[in-house]
Amino acid sequence: MIRDITIGQYYPGKSLLHKMDPRMKLILTFAIIIVIFLCKNFFSLGIIAVTAVLAAILSRVPLKMILKSLKPIVIILIFTAVLNIFYTQGGDTWFEWKFIKLTEKGVFTAIFTMVRIVSLVTISSLLTYTTTPTMLTDAIERVLSPLKIFKIKVHTLAMMMTLALRFIPTLIEEIDRIMNAQKARGADLETGGIIQRAKALVPIFIPLMVSSFRRAYELAFAMTCRCYTGGEGRTRMKQMKLKIIDFFALVACIAITAGIIVLNHFFEAVI
Amino acid sequence: MSEKLIEFNNVTMFYNDPDEAEANENIVPALLNVDFSVNKGEFVAVLGHNGSGKSTLAKLCNAIYEPSSGTVKVKGIVADNDDKADEIRRIVGMVFQNPDNQIVATIVEDDVAFGPENLGIEPKEIRRRVDDALKAVNMYDFRHREPHKLSGGQKQRVAIAGVLAMQTECIVLDEPTAMLDPMGRQEVMQTVHRMNKEMGITIVLITHFMDEAVKADRVVVMDGGRIVMQGKPREIFSQVEELRSHGLDVPQSTELCNALGLEKSVLNVDECVEEIAKMLGGAR
Repeated sequence: MIRDITIGQYYPGKSLLHKMDPRMKLILTFAIIIVIFLCKNFFSLGIIAVTAVLAAILSRVPLKMILKSLKPIVIILIFTAVLNIFYTQGGDTWFEWKFIKLTEKGVFTAIFTMVRIVSLVTISSLLTYTTTPTMLTDAIERVLSPLKIFKIKVHTLAMMMTLALRFIPTLIEEIDRIMNAQKARGADLETGGIIQRAKALVPIFIPLMVSSFRRAYELAFAMTCRCYTGGEGRTRMKQMKLKIIDFFALVACIAITAGIIVLNHFFEAVI
Repeated sequence: MSEKLIEFNNVTMFYNDPDEAEANENIVPALLNVDFSVNKGEFVAVLGHNGSGKSTLAKLCNAIYEPSSGTVKVKGIVADNDDKADEIRRIVGMVFQNPDNQIVATIVEDDVAFGPENLGIEPKEIRRRVDDALKAVNMYDFRHREPHKLSGGQKQRVAIAGVLAMQTECIVLDEPTAMLDPMGRQEVMQTVHRMNKEMGITIVLITHFMDEAVKADRVVVMDGGRIVMQGKPREIFSQVEELRSHGLDVPQSTELCNALGLEKSVLNVDECVEEIAKMLGGAR
């Protein structure tokens, strides 16, 4: 079935983006996502779009991969564009027919929103393309570690994420196996209406649940055996170090933010 | 050789509440009055059919379970609190039957690092240990792979590397080959023997494959929660009838020679060939 699933869609490589400290990547990605929403006109949005394109080139992730990550949002894009065109009215009217009215402002808003969403998805998918899931959960653990003062168990959360990622392929294989077993016993999974098909899934998910609990129990044993007692006193094999490139990236992001604020100030807002 | 690493003293183990067990005669103990010890550097194979108590014995070795009565000592330490249990787990590592359920990380080398990370070892030292452990099980070239893309035997060797990297003195393997194909089984068994011979690691191998027990220093046969036979493989496998009565089969070559009525017990195919040739009255 889905044998060759790659978790977290990591694309192996040795580019500058791959070499960056995952913590910095994580923080900067979030910062840029926020900054995207600060953009008020096409000039500031242009900076973001150029940033996204530059980052994509720097990552050396093939264009095909990036387009693939954009595929699921095509429908959302069309939907928001259509809504924006017809619901935002103002400026010159370019075209009018019965109740359909195309205005300057509507079209601009639609284009603006589309570019915004595309940049947003491109930048955030670059994060997962250039960082392994392990490094990402590690980075999340470290970035969130100040939350410890609020008694939030950051390490436990990160461990749960790692284990979830680890077991996705195992459970997919398991579902595959159970489905085949049930088919061999004459289970009909492919015909019938929605309700009938949903009902047919029950004999698949019950064994899956049972075996998952058994797995969890055994895994807990195995982890205890390897002296796992929680986050206290643990060290990490892979240390994260901030390098010069991380500071460059930070400076670049600050410059982008500053540029956007300035451009917002000097030019008329589109939205 | 005679230094005792693991010592069981009159150990009884109930999975249910002991008081309840005393009241109800139908509840049988998983282990009953077991005395058992493992010497340093030894290779002990524990045999028994399903439900004979061999897995319980394994889990008592590194303080996953606490005995209902009697004591289990590892290097003189009794696991009566969590700290001591932790100390025991630094001496005795364990490999389980299902390789999928004991691999924690999404990348091979990260998984091997999991144990040493828990022990709080310096990052550089962990790196060294992980590389050494992966080389020792011949999985170094796979260090950046994802575990779910490996074969069963490879996964199990990664699990063994995970224990090796903790540098425990003893490794208990609870039916490590039960879910593997013959190729994977061979890979794992070779690794286990090499660890014992070259690194001097004490091995307790729980299994129901007779062939795997043949090369052990000592064989322990369990049935109904008791140790029923104990001795060198040759001594044990010569008692074909008794082994059968405990629900076990003898290695095929041993069985053949036994059926042919040969006196001497043989353990592998080569010895078997030699004995048959001798019986037929001529050298090979």
